[in-house]
Order: sequence, then C-alpha cells, then structure tokens
Amino acid sequence: MNILLRKFYYGDIPEDKTGGNIVSKDTKSDWPLWEVFIRSKQGLDHKHAGSLHAADAQMAIENARDVYTRRMEGVSIWVVESKDITASNPEEAGELYEPAVDKVYRHPTFYDLPDEVKHM
Amino acid sequence: MSVQELEKIFQDKIDKEVKLEPKDWMPDAYRKTNIRQISQHAHSEIVGMLPEGNWISRAPSLKRKAILLAKVQDEAGHGLYLYSACETLGITREETINDLHSGKAKYSSIFNYPTITWADIGAIGWLVDGAAILNQVMLTRTSYGPYARAMVRICKEESFHQRQGFESLLVLSRGTKEQKEMCQDAINRWWWPSLMMFGPKDSESTNSDQSMKWKIKRKTNDELRQNFVDMIAEQVKILGMTLPDDKLKWNEERRHYDFGEINWEEFWSVVKGNGPCNKQRLEARKKAWEEGEWVREAAAAFAKKRKTSPNPSKGGALAAA
Repeated sequence: MNILLRKFYYGDIPEDKTGGNIVSKDTKSDWPLWEVFIRSKQGLDHKHAGSLHAADAQMAIENARDVYTRRMEGVSIWVVESKDITASNPEEAGELYEPAVDKVYRHPTFYDLPDEVKHM
Repeated sequence: MSVQELEKIFQDKIDKEVKLEPKDWMPDAYRKTNIRQISQHAHSEIVGMLPEGNWISRAPSLKRKAILLAKVQDEAGHGLYLYSACETLGITREETINDLHSGKAKYSSIFNYPTITWADIGAIGWLVDGAAILNQVMLTRTSYGPYARAMVRICKEESFHQRQGFESLLVLSRGTKEQKEMCQDAINRWWWPSLMMFGPKDSESTNSDQSMKWKIKRKTNDELRQNFVDMIAEQVKILGMTLPDDKLKWNEERRHYDFGEINWEEFWSVVKGNGPCNKQRLEARKKAWEEGEWVREAAAAFAKKRKTSPNPSKGGALAAA
C-alpha cells in the first residue's frame, strides 16, 4: 500500500516552514536510519561520524565498522536510531543560549591581575 | 516571519561563511539544488564501482588486486556518506535510488566509458579521480554542512586513489614496448572524457551562477578544468607520455596551459544516455538492487522478530563503552 506522508529526519526543518518533502513511501522493508558515533582513540570522546541504514543495532555496528573505520579511525562504536535523538531547535537558539551571553566573569580573562602573579 | 525575511537571514549566513545545517530554514530551490547535486555525486560514486569492478578478478598481481578491492570499497563508502548527507535534506534513500534507476537522476558521464585494458584502471585513478579531487576539495568548503563534512572525509581517502593510479601507470611506462603502448592508449582514451567531467563551459552552464551565490560551488567549471589541465600537463611528463591534444601549450602570458576544444556534441550525447555503456551501467545497478531485495526483506524480518522476542537487552551505550 502506498501512503503519503511528510517525512522529517533528524535533520529536517519544522513543518510550518516550506521545504519538507512530501513523499510517496512504500513501507515494506525500509531499514531505519542510525547515527554513528566513533571513539577514535582510547581516552577520547565518541564523536558523531555520520549515519547509515541498517535493519538492527548489530548490523548498524557492523556497517559502521565497514564504512567509518576502514583506516583504523576507531576503537569503539556507538549507534543510535536517528528517531531517538532529540535536537534543539535552531530558531530558539537566541533564548536558549542567552543566559550565558552576559556572564563574562565566567572567563579567566575577566580578571586583571598584577604581572608578578605568574601562571595563574 | 515572512519568506523575504527568512531568505535574507539565510543569505546573510551564507555571506558570512556560516554553514547551513539541516534544521535551518533554507529556500526550496537551495534544498532542491543540493539534493540534485549531492545525489548525483552519490550515484557517481556507486556507478563508478562498475568499470573498476570489471578488473578485480583480472588484476595482474595479488598486490594490485588488493589495492583495487580497497579502492572500490572506498567508492561504496563515499556513496554512502553522500546518500546520508542527501537524506538530511528530507528525501528518502529509496527515492534517491529510484531516481537513478528511472534515469531521472544523472551520474558522472565518465563512467559510461568502458575499461578495455588494465591500463584503464591506472588512468581512471590518475585522471578521473584527479579531476574528481579538484571538484571535491572545493566542495569541502560548500555552504551545506553535511555535504561539506562528507567531502572532508572523502578527500582524505581520495588521495590514495589518485596516487595508486599514477603509480600503476608509472610501472607500465617503464615496462615493455607493449606496456608503454597500453599506457599511452589508455591516456588517449581517458583524457577528453576527464576534461568533460567539469561540465559545460561557464558560458553555457545553467547551474553555476546561483550555486556560486549560495556558495554550493566556489569555483566555476572552467576554473576547475584549467587547474586540472595545468596539473596533468606537468605530471604526464614524468610518465614520459603525451596528452592527445596538439593545441596543448604553455601560455607564458596567462601562466596557464592553453588546450583544444572539447567535443561538446559527444558530451551531451553521453549525458543524454547514448554513451558506450550507459545502458549496461544502469542495468547492472538495477539488477543488483532487485536481486538484493530478498536480503533486505529478510534482514528486516529478522530484526522485527528479534525485537518482539523476550531477549534481554545488553545494557545501554555507557555499559557498552
């Protein structure tokens, strides 16, 4: 059965703004989209590397191994289904980060110290 | 906010070199141009595996075979980075692939030429990947974030492709008389199609202007093509070979190489589907897609079955780390 739906991936824009693609989608065996995070070296954070389709988590890890670590770029992989990621809205960025804007005293350079105080 | 205001915010960001991310507002035409360009790029990587795959089983040594396998695997990876970037614009993977199969979406015409001898594999690495790199290095600075990031990843890997191609030709160029002839013949056949890879002349290209304003592209087709000619005209000397263009000549005044006119009739004819291998390439893609259908279905069914069975979970991401 073919159903029409408006599809928004983790990356798409809100519905009231133009551009969301209305697609005719066949739902028979679409593999979900996964986001891949890779730890490049022991001791470092996992970092977003990209995304891929896979039927389940195990396959997502195996595909991520093949796609994102062909040149020893990783020692550990996380995968999470894209639909499970909640992202902040760029249109609300102003309000969201505003509280940090006027607090310059949180930075070490705010404080003038005499030159005699070395290395602080 | 009105569309005009949104458009202004959008163009201001572009002008200030702020990258566009998937959730940001963007004009429909920007979205569509990116979808078209990124998906064509992705298709090119995937179809590009076909002419090279042709030689995996016939590579002259185990070393060359391993190199070629690695290269073809890279191309599949590059296709995937790009398909993923394309999906962030709101088109599904399946739609993108359907557009390729229906002939609606194009891929780089270069892959519609056949790989007749082993030397073609070297020529593809040196010339075709060399041309692609120039385009891709420019695109690492493209305005759409996911596309730019995919390009950074691709460029890191692409340099190996060009170097292995050149080295492979270098070996032939120092070999027997037959090997030298094979090397020259491959260069002769791949030179002009490689120049065509940069697309129509600036005076005729329909996509360049708006793409430059949106900083999807940063150099024109002709600029990139000139960079390519200047680079290859020098490198070919090291091989002791020649390029099949009697108009190729260093122009001291321009500080660039002059070169002959491309056969644009051939260019458009191949774009329109009448190249030597257009039909064969698309059929190979469709066959792979259709014959893989049962695998995709089986994997989905298996995943569904596992999800519904009472199999205890192995813990969250932190536990797995």
